[in-house]
Parts: sequence; structure tokens; C-alpha cells
Amino acid sequence: MSTALNTKNKIHPYKMVLYAGLGSIVMMFAGLTSAYIVKKSQANWLDFELPKVFFIATVVILLSSFTIQMAVKKAKEGQQNPYRSFLTITAILGVVFMILQVKGFMELQANNIALTGPRSNSAASFLFVITLLHLLHVLGGVIAIFGVRFKSLSAKNNTENTMPVELLSTYWHFVDILWIYLFVFLQWIG
Amino acid sequence: MSHEAALHNHEGHDNHGHDDHGHHEHHDTFLTKYVFSQDHKMIAKQFLITGMVWAVLGGLMSVLFRLQLGYPDANFPWLESILGKWAKGGQITPAAYYALVTTHGTVLVFFVLTAGLSGTFANFLIPLQIGARDMASPFLNMLSYWFFFTASIVMMSSLFVETGPFSGGWTAYPPLSALHDASPGSKTGMDLWIISMALFVVSSLLGGLNYIATILNMRTKGMSMTRLPLTIWALFFTAVLGVLSFPVLLSGLILLIFDRNFGTSFYLSDIYVNGVGALSNEGGSAILFQHLFWFLGHPEVYIILLPAMGMVSEIISVNSRKPIFGYMAMLGSLFSIAILAFLVWAHHMFVTGLNPFLGSVFVLLTLLIAVPSAIKVFNWLTTLWRGNIRFTPGMLFAIGFVSLFISGGLTGIWLGNAALDIYLHDSYFVVAHFHIVMGVASMFGMFAGVYHWFPKMYGRYLNNSLGYIHFWVTIAGAYLIFWPMHYQGLAGMPRRYFDFSIWESFKQFADLNRFISTVAMIVFATQILFLINFFYSIFKGRKVTVLNPWESNTLEWTTPIRPGHGNWPGEIPEVHRWPYDYGKDGQDFIPQTTPVGEDEKDTH
Repeated sequence: MSTALNTKNKIHPYKMVLYAGLGSIVMMFAGLTSAYIVKKSQANWLDFELPKVFFIATVVILLSSFTIQMAVKKAKEGQQNPYRSFLTITAILGVVFMILQVKGFMELQANNIALTGPRSNSAASFLFVITLLHLLHVLGGVIAIFGVRFKSLSAKNNTENTMPVELLSTYWHFVDILWIYLFVFLQWIG
Repeated sequence: MSHEAALHNHEGHDNHGHDDHGHHEHHDTFLTKYVFSQDHKMIAKQFLITGMVWAVLGGLMSVLFRLQLGYPDANFPWLESILGKWAKGGQITPAAYYALVTTHGTVLVFFVLTAGLSGTFANFLIPLQIGARDMASPFLNMLSYWFFFTASIVMMSSLFVETGPFSGGWTAYPPLSALHDASPGSKTGMDLWIISMALFVVSSLLGGLNYIATILNMRTKGMSMTRLPLTIWALFFTAVLGVLSFPVLLSGLILLIFDRNFGTSFYLSDIYVNGVGALSNEGGSAILFQHLFWFLGHPEVYIILLPAMGMVSEIISVNSRKPIFGYMAMLGSLFSIAILAFLVWAHHMFVTGLNPFLGSVFVLLTLLIAVPSAIKVFNWLTTLWRGNIRFTPGMLFAIGFVSLFISGGLTGIWLGNAALDIYLHDSYFVVAHFHIVMGVASMFGMFAGVYHWFPKMYGRYLNNSLGYIHFWVTIAGAYLIFWPMHYQGLAGMPRRYFDFSIWESFKQFADLNRFISTVAMIVFATQILFLINFFYSIFKGRKVTVLNPWESNTLEWTTPIRPGHGNWPGEIPEVHRWPYDYGKDGQDFIPQTTPVGEDEKDTH
């Protein structure tokens, strides 16, 4: 029991904070999707097709995971300009994803499937609330990307500290995987 | 200095073993030292004092509604002067009564026993007892307090809106919580309640993430997980429970917000409101909210209880001058309580029309909690057994905790049975059960912690005589208030009722209700004694002159009497043993920093 703790092999405390935080986000969506399953088994459930743009949105967010990984790679290699470009591309893809999601909501409304309001069925409301909350997490990621992007321009920036972008990429991949889960859940399971 | 820089600076200390910490100390202004402080010790004090303000307000609310229950026919003109239209003619209105009950519950559960208890002691003890200079992210830690503070302000402001604070019970079940027209308290009061709770969830999460990361990553050299004091283990499991369960409450509240404000039907179906007419909401399920709520709600009672258990373990061991009995069993029981906490939520819902088969599964899982609970009680008692006991006020409150935990835990076995619960649910039996086992017991844990660690917090002692009076009145009062409620509950007296004197079946309890109310007032008054003791002693208490006044093994007592930001002026001490070497090899105590001797046996 007298093993001394080797500080080099430990993960950085900030990463630990992030992992625990991701755990809490998982629980939030686990709560919502369980509620969805409970609700679906009860009466008065509307079955409808997911908007087609959600498929495109899925491709876009997958692509953005690739670009942020490239950004991490370039940051580790110390290549500042490609690093910043990849960050920008990732942020743009994030924005595109959000726009596509909103288009999906509008598509549903246009097909007379109310998401909220007195005519709404909770099937559509669930879809709306769950994807909206995910969208807000993407928005948080985009804001963080811009934050890191512009901080990297400042004079005292050192390329050695890749911690912010590594945390960012972990979060971004997480939000991506979360979307895949939600998409599969809403499309096939739910 | 950014928190990141501070952190790296700290790591630097650890590696190079010298300290230049003092030199940013005098850059602190009043604002960064006392208000927007990033020092975990100051944040702990902020949590404690905010929690105390809420405890006084929440306690005062209970005195006010006990006044109504004890003296349903009397008029108190002074009530009208403080409550205004809520106590027209000196008697509390039914709406105000329910608002008081609701706010009392919300405030005590979340603001006092969650933020005030684990906020205070997780912040204070984690870095000090694991040997860290501060939390993983002092900045997030500061944010955690300020989110709590904002939540407090919002909740406080709901007391002053025209339609009153939320009045549908602390559980906020829809439809009362989802429809603006359900009651006056469901209007603005409920909006503020939701906002406040959402802010509170953020505060809890920020705190919890930090506690977990700090315990896992920032322990000093030699401090393996099995050398952690049980306080830290308890706070660790508390944080895990919070991080995993509060988000689910947030999910439930988000759906509630949509039902309230955007016309969705998650929880609402087939409702007719008097004066409004039939609502268009269709297909929702109010029970769904209960599932989401109690998925947090049940872990929440352990979030409240576990820190108290941890501190009590530590305080009992120190003041019995004996190692804690069954350290690994204590740890295992904490772990199994944390697991079971997530698997028993539906025992709050036995009478909602839950499938009886499902109910029986929840009965089994609920009764299983008796096993780790009994292990803990056994271990506390065997630690006390033939110990060289020092009856400090902290120790008395710790023993009081064990007493209350036994008394309240036993009635849990009754309530955990679905068949018995059909009769007992929503009666005063339930009120008695959870107040003793969760409310008062955790309060005792908190008092024990304050009395025990006050010398470390402020470098002064609390007054012992006042502490003894505080303890004896409070423990006697706690039993005198809540013990009779068991009988009332067994006789069928329902909770939340405004006036029992008009019920033929409950008239017999008029005198008992008056007795309970009288004791409640006396106990409340005694807490003021504690407040006086607390604030007087911060400035004028007897000064601590030795580093380790309780002759304790843990690391916090190796810091200076008044530690600065960074805790240790030099290198962080290295740990060589577990924290419970009391009475070992003929020595009264051996601090964790003492290297293991050559002929020493059975070291942990």
C-alpha cells in the first residue's frame, strides 16, 4: 500500500473535471430518453418521420469531428496557421449543423407537426426538446472554439500548451457521439 | 493570477519542493479575499454562512406553520405585521401555510443540507485532508458559490412577489407546478422557483465536478485512496451522486418549463381548471415527472446524509482515541449506499398506481439499504466501544447523529414496504421518519463538523458550555418534536393539512400538536444561542495556540493555525500511513505524516 503516486501518469485535473462533466450530460440525456420511452408506451403517441435534413446534419457533425482532430494534430506539431484554419472549419461546420437542425424543426412545422403549443403531441415535443438541448451543447462548443481560436492569436500564446484544444476536442467528439446516439435513438429505437 | 496559472504554480511547488507562495498573498484586495475568493477555505465559509442564513429563515418558517398547527384558533396580531395579507387578522392563510411548508422544504433540503453541508465541508476538507493547495479548478469553485448565491437571491425574491412563493410542495409535482392558474403560488412564485433550482443545479454540478477531480488527481505523495479519511470518501460519493442525479432533475424541470410556458403536454392531460375551463393539453403523464424528480430526489437524501456520515466517522474515531472500526467495511457500505441510491426512487411512488410487481422489486432494493446502514451503525458503536471518549460538543453531536440515524432508519424499514406504505404514505409518520433520519441527523452531522473544525476555520474555539446547552436542548427537542409524530401518523393524520381541529378523527391531537409546536419554538430559540456562539467566537473566541488541538492524525492539522491560500507554507507533507492510527503500539496517536517505524506491524 505504500506505492507513491506517480504524477506523470495521472490525467490532468481539468480533463478529470471534463470527464465528470460529460458524465453529468450523459445522465441528463439518459433521463430525457428514458422519459421518452416511458411516454411512448402510453396512449396518444404520434408516429412521424424524422426530417430528412437530420441525415445531412449527421454527416456534417461527423465531418467536424475529423476537422477538430486535425486541429489537435496541427497544434501538437506546432503549426499555428493550419491549426487555426481547422478550428475555424470546425466552428463553421458546427454552425451549419445548428442551421440544419433548425431547418429540420421548420420542416416538421410545415408538415403540420406542431413541436410546441396546444396542438402539439408530446412525441414531437420530445424530439424538439431533446434535439434543442443537444443543439445548445453544440452552441457552447462553437463559442468555446471561437474563444480558443482567438486566444491563440494573442502574443503570450505558447504552442506547447495544447491543453485547451485537447479539452475542446474531447468535448466536441462527445457532442458528436451524443448526436449519433440521439439520432439512432429517435430514428430507430424511439 | 488566473486559476490556470495558480494551478501550475502549485504543481511547481510539489515538484521543486520550495515555496514562494506568500508573495502573491498581499496582492489580495478585500474583493478577491472575501468576496470573489478562489481560496477553497474562504469559499467554504461563504457556503457555511449563506447556509446558516437559510437555516434560520427555513427554521423560522417551520415555527410559523407550527404556530398554526399548535394554535389553530388563536390570533397573533404580530403575524400580520410581518406577513401582511398572508396573515390577515393574525392568522396565517391556508395559501401562506402551504407556501411556508413548500419553501421550508426546498430551502432546508437544497440550500441548507446540500449547499450548506457538502458545499461547506467538501470545500473546506478536501484539499486540507488530501494534501492539496486548492481545488482542481479554483475558478469553477468560485463560480459554484456564486451560482448558489444567485439561486438564493432568486428564491429569496420569490418570497416578496405579490402572488407569493411557490406553494405546491418541495417536490413541485405537476399539475400544481405546471399550470399558472392552479394556485396563486403557481404563478410568478413557481417561475422563480424553477429559475432558482436551475441555478442551484449548475452550482452543485460545478462544485461536484471539482470535488471529484480534486480527490482523484490532487492527492499528496503517499496518499493512496485507501489512506483517505472517511470524510473524503463520503464527500467523494456525495459528489458522484450529485453529478449523476442533478442533471436528471434538470431534464425534468426543462420539460416542466415547456409545459408551463410553451403549451406542450409532457405532464398534462385532461385537466379542467375552475374559472378557466378545460385545457387543451392531452396525453401527458404527471407520473413521468415523479419518476424524473425522484431519480434525483432519492440520491438527494444520500447527498444530504453521506457527508454527515463521513464527518461523524472521523470525529468519533478522533474523540474515542481509537481507529475507526472496519475502515474497508465503512468504505464498502458507502459505496453500496451510493449504488442503491439510484435503484430505489420508486419507493416514493408506491401509491401512484405503480405496477405491484415493479413495486416489489423496489421494496427489495429499498430494504437492502438496511444492510450497509446497519454495518455503519455497528462500526460507529464498536468504535465507541471501550474507547477513551472525549465528550467535546463535536463528539456529542456525532453521537447524537448515530442515535438519530438509528431511530429514523428503523422507521425506514416500515415505509420501505409497499403494503405498509399504502397506509402510512403522506401521513405524519413519513414526516417523522425523514425529519429524523435525514433532516435532523444531517443537521447534527453539520453541527458536529462545525464544532470540530471551527478551530481550523477561524483559529479560535467555540464556547464549550454554550455548545453543551445547544446539544442537549437540540437532541431532546428533536425527539420530543418528531417522536410523537409517529403516533399521529399511525392514527392516520395526513401531512400538509392546515387545520386538524375541524377533523373529528384528529381532534384528540390538539394538545399534542400544541406540545410539538412549543418544543419547536424552544429548539429554534436554542439555535440562536449557537449563532451567537458562532459569530462571537469568530472574533472573540479563545485563541487556538497549538497546531493540533484534537490530537488528530489527519493532514489539515499540519497546516499553520491560520493557513493562507495554498494551505502549507512549505512543501506539502508526505503521507506514510492511514489516518486512524490511534492507540497503536502504546502511542496515543500517530499522524499520517509520521514515517512507518521499522518494527511497526499492520500498517495501512
